[in-house]
Amino acid sequence: MPKKKITKSVYLKWYEDMLFWRKFEDKAAALYIQQKIRGFLHLYNGQEAVLAGSVFAMEENDRMITAYRNHVQPIALGVDPKKIMAELCGKVGGTSQGNGGSMHMFSKEHNFFGGHGIVGGQIPLGAGLAFADKYLETGAVTLTYMGDGAVRQGSFHETLNLAMLWNLPVVFIIENNGYAMGTSVERTANHTDIYKLGLGYEMPCEPVDGMDPVAVYNAVQEAADRARSGGGPTLLEMRTYRYKGHSMSDAQHYRTKDEVAEYQKKDPIGIVEKIIKDKKYASAKELEAIESRVKDLVNDCVKYADESEFPTADNLYKNVYIQDDYPFIKTF
Amino acid sequence: MGRVIQFREAIAEAMSEEMRRDETIYLMGEEVAEYNGAYKASKGMLDEFGPKRVLDTPIAELGFAGIGVGSAMNGLRPIVEFMTFNFSMVAIDQIINNAAKMFQMSGGQFNVPIVFRGPTASAGQLAATHSQAFESWYANCPGLKVVVPSNPYDAKGLLKSAIRDNDPVIFMESEQMYGDKMEVPEEEYLIPLGKADIRRAGSDVTIVSFGKIIKEADKAAEELAKEGVECEIIDLRTVRPIDYAAVVESLKKTNRMVIVEEAWPLGNISTELITHCQEHAFDYIDAPIIRVNTADTPMAYAPTLVKEFLPNAERIIKAVNKVTYRD
Repeated sequence: MPKKKITKSVYLKWYEDMLFWRKFEDKAAALYIQQKIRGFLHLYNGQEAVLAGSVFAMEENDRMITAYRNHVQPIALGVDPKKIMAELCGKVGGTSQGNGGSMHMFSKEHNFFGGHGIVGGQIPLGAGLAFADKYLETGAVTLTYMGDGAVRQGSFHETLNLAMLWNLPVVFIIENNGYAMGTSVERTANHTDIYKLGLGYEMPCEPVDGMDPVAVYNAVQEAADRARSGGGPTLLEMRTYRYKGHSMSDAQHYRTKDEVAEYQKKDPIGIVEKIIKDKKYASAKELEAIESRVKDLVNDCVKYADESEFPTADNLYKNVYIQDDYPFIKTF
Repeated sequence: MGRVIQFREAIAEAMSEEMRRDETIYLMGEEVAEYNGAYKASKGMLDEFGPKRVLDTPIAELGFAGIGVGSAMNGLRPIVEFMTFNFSMVAIDQIINNAAKMFQMSGGQFNVPIVFRGPTASAGQLAATHSQAFESWYANCPGLKVVVPSNPYDAKGLLKSAIRDNDPVIFMESEQMYGDKMEVPEEEYLIPLGKADIRRAGSDVTIVSFGKIIKEADKAAEELAKEGVECEIIDLRTVRPIDYAAVVESLKKTNRMVIVEEAWPLGNISTELITHCQEHAFDYIDAPIIRVNTADTPMAYAPTLVKEFLPNAERIIKAVNKVTYRD
């Protein structure tokens, strides 16, 4: 497939989308402090270019699956963000009606297959989605995301081997944000070029500037084309950075404020904003209008989540089995 | 019309019949295709269905179990064979954290119609790592169903139901049952999950068991019958969900119960049944319920140690004599 042109409207969409994701996550952090969101909360701030560039490369029926830093991916695929905020708050209006919470967003309608809490557990699932698409000849490609920490799990290596053996239409995308929780990449292996792990399986692999949506798009488009045309899997290492802690409870003693500031100079939203301004794609007034829309939509999300109810107690039993009369054991 | 077939043939027939009626079903596992199954439970299936639907995997249980679950989220109905459930321990993350949880975590969007099947428990002198019974481990986990047939007829009817089930099913066989023979109908039949079977009717004592170890209960019942003690043997067939009603009904008739289970004693199906009976049938129990389980140790290698480890007819007879106050 020829590369899509990155036009003015693409830049403007990227800008508005990424800004919205950033503000959505900031609001989630605020709600966490207010204790409206509980449990764990892992924010995507800083990594937005990976998602923006990837989604631009996806076709209608392509699939996406990721780990637990997963609030904004379904939004990018078309899920109503209000439902994501409601899920974060544990409300019935949420994507999983309050069953999943922060780490478990899903949308069958929009081909978003989660939202998975166990590091590396989603990697074989992604290959499995691709296995089904190959078997059923749907032509769809699966983008399977993971963090840099996940590549040290056995599930990663077993899946890379099987995906090559069975020539599955899947793109493995490592979001290398430098840290597996508080442990830097250098402290998890004797090598740091993670993409090279593909070489052992003879899988096409490359590092990508994960702060630049254009670089991400080009790499994912090429990999998706390869998968779609029967060329099998690709391993991409997106070199990115997260501005926030691993989760809300992370004091971030493992890195310096200077390091964070250094990466923020390469901020993907800043990069796109600069292009828009340099090329005069939008006036200051138009950019203000985008900011205002983003702010309003974030507020709408909070309002919807606030107004939605917690699930009633009987819902605990509703979605454990698809069998509707499963005889649960009930104790005193 | 019936004909006598082996347990392994019943398994292959169940899978093949279901695969003929539903193109989305496929089988994968170690040695299932070209080798015809490590225990020949998939004999002839590669020839009939081809390599797209009968797939040999490398020795990578975590990886292929996860691919199975993922494919089940996206339109397929996989049968994943473990050469033994001892090896499912390296895949257990995919079973417990993904297969069992997906429907709830996704708020009912993604069910996982998958069957994980293979032999469980001991099979001769295979020592500690190859002799473990994980029925009660899997049965402990909400989201799964756990089926443990004890004969070829049940195996075929239950496996067909398991494959058609839309929830994840753990289906546990035994290396020591694959050669068992029994008359099985030519025509199609299904056995519903969650229903126990009265394997032998009797009025003096209830013996509850499941899986291959139930054959020790059969032997014990034969011996006891010679002494005029009539045992009723209940084959649970499914250990999640458990057919409690069948157990309680029998207990109400006999008032005495022995549970035979090849499993470590701490928190197993036996303890669950005892709890249930004292909660729901306290007034019908005339003697403390006794369980005959494995030793509270890993199984060791030497024949003397295997004998010490496993439940057997001799111990079951002792237990029956105790609950009937004949000791």
